[in-house]
Amino acid sequence: MELLTVNNVWMMVCTALVFFMHLGFSLLEVGLTRQKNAINILFKNVFIICAGLLTYSIIGFNLMYPGSFIAGIIPDYFFDLFGLSAPMADGSLDLAYNEGYTYWTDFLFQGMFAATAATIVSGAVAERIKLGSFMLFSVIYITFVYPIVGSWKWGGGFLDGLGFYDFAGSTLVHSVGGWAALIAIYLLGARLGKFSKDGQSHAIPGHNIPLATAGVFILWLGWFGFNGGSVLSADPSLTSITLVTTCLAAAAGGISAFVVSTIAYKNYDLTMFLNGILGGLVGITAGADLMSPLDAVLIGLVAGGVIVFGVSLIDKLKLDDPVGAVAVHLACGIWGTLAVGIFGSMAGFDQLLVQLAGVGIIGAFCCISAFIILSIIKATMGLRMEEKEETEGLDAHEHGMDAYAEFGTAHDR
Amino acid sequence: MKKIEAIIRKSRFDEVKKALHETEVNFFSYWDVTGVGNEKQGHVYRGVSYSTSDIQRRKISLVVSDHNVERTVETIIKAAHTGSVGDGKIFVSPVEEAYRIRTREKGTDSLS
Repeated sequence: MELLTVNNVWMMVCTALVFFMHLGFSLLEVGLTRQKNAINILFKNVFIICAGLLTYSIIGFNLMYPGSFIAGIIPDYFFDLFGLSAPMADGSLDLAYNEGYTYWTDFLFQGMFAATAATIVSGAVAERIKLGSFMLFSVIYITFVYPIVGSWKWGGGFLDGLGFYDFAGSTLVHSVGGWAALIAIYLLGARLGKFSKDGQSHAIPGHNIPLATAGVFILWLGWFGFNGGSVLSADPSLTSITLVTTCLAAAAGGISAFVVSTIAYKNYDLTMFLNGILGGLVGITAGADLMSPLDAVLIGLVAGGVIVFGVSLIDKLKLDDPVGAVAVHLACGIWGTLAVGIFGSMAGFDQLLVQLAGVGIIGAFCCISAFIILSIIKATMGLRMEEKEETEGLDAHEHGMDAYAEFGTAHDR
Repeated sequence: MKKIEAIIRKSRFDEVKKALHETEVNFFSYWDVTGVGNEKQGHVYRGVSYSTSDIQRRKISLVVSDHNVERTVETIIKAAHTGSVGDGKIFVSPVEEAYRIRTREKGTDSLS
């Protein structure tokens, strides 16, 4: 009983830390976008955590841990299990459910992860997506796509059977969001003024770099829970090594992105440094409990480079990603997943192949489902704001509100 | 009476303000503007470089009696000058009438 209490307390602390990441995402996104869209960005982030928790409690959690599968792929769910119901034994809560935590902790901890997958998309589609379209897409994506993917590994599905390993969700959370972000920015198009007719890329600087910095530090803090809690117990050695690898990868990712971007662009770009930290964190997330400190540093160093090249590649493809979400979550999510086959205690060619298979299968599923959902939304209610609305700002047109009412708004940029 | 409008570097503002007080010009307004001109500032954001001639400046507006115009303009020029491209400009235009709101004084009486 005491062991369960100790484990459960740690898990609840981690739940709170992962929850706090939503503040981190909000600040990062609002800081890297323009003032005229600040309310809109924050609205999307606030919506995601609220809607995400609710849908996860109604459908997502049960869909993700179905207990059995049809044809090995489809969670055996079929809507006969709405809402939460803790397993009972002799009329009271069945504590044999798990030695690490109670049913309720399990639901809430996992619920916080579910919402982060959708919030990744909100940064990439910022400043031009229609609010209603985004809300509809994210509800469908968090309610169905995320749990189905999660069920294949964490829910005991076929990827788990193949030996695919994803400790805290480099693929299951970050790439799931990253693939959707990529498809979304492809279907949505770039912000007005981002690319000129001859293909030249223009800078659209964020309006509040201090908030963006605060956001990244908060995300790093949240990762203590994201990875620390994915141990699924308070085991002293596993939790402590996990926190060490997490932090070393973050630091290495930051320094690496800082150095690479300075060499490439001849200036010290704080936003690239910040993205590099996140890239390192995403990169270590698949195997934080498997890596030695040196492995973690190496994974972070590579992730930092991936960030810089990823941001540049997205730009060259004429895709507009205001916050670098695709580079951070998709590219580094893939890197982190493959790194499990290259570094650490599970390294090996066979494991690398399994990781690659997992990346490919999940990538295909996420891309196809995101493409279908977004295409239908695009054809029916439309994805994008009108030109005039986008130019004058989403706050003015979708909300009729001013984020900084007493400060003169910046001239239309 | 004449209105003097000066667009100056933000970094020279404190000097200009001090110099104006020393010539006993104690009333003026100022606000921040963005100026477009010959000076260029290089910027890089996430790998995309852009040079802008959009630079933050400060605009000062003051109204003085006719006999003070030359002295005031000279004061501003001396304090705001750096010698580099982008020091700014001064414009002088006529003012028809002036009032002090508190006492209803008119004309040059309202300027002191």
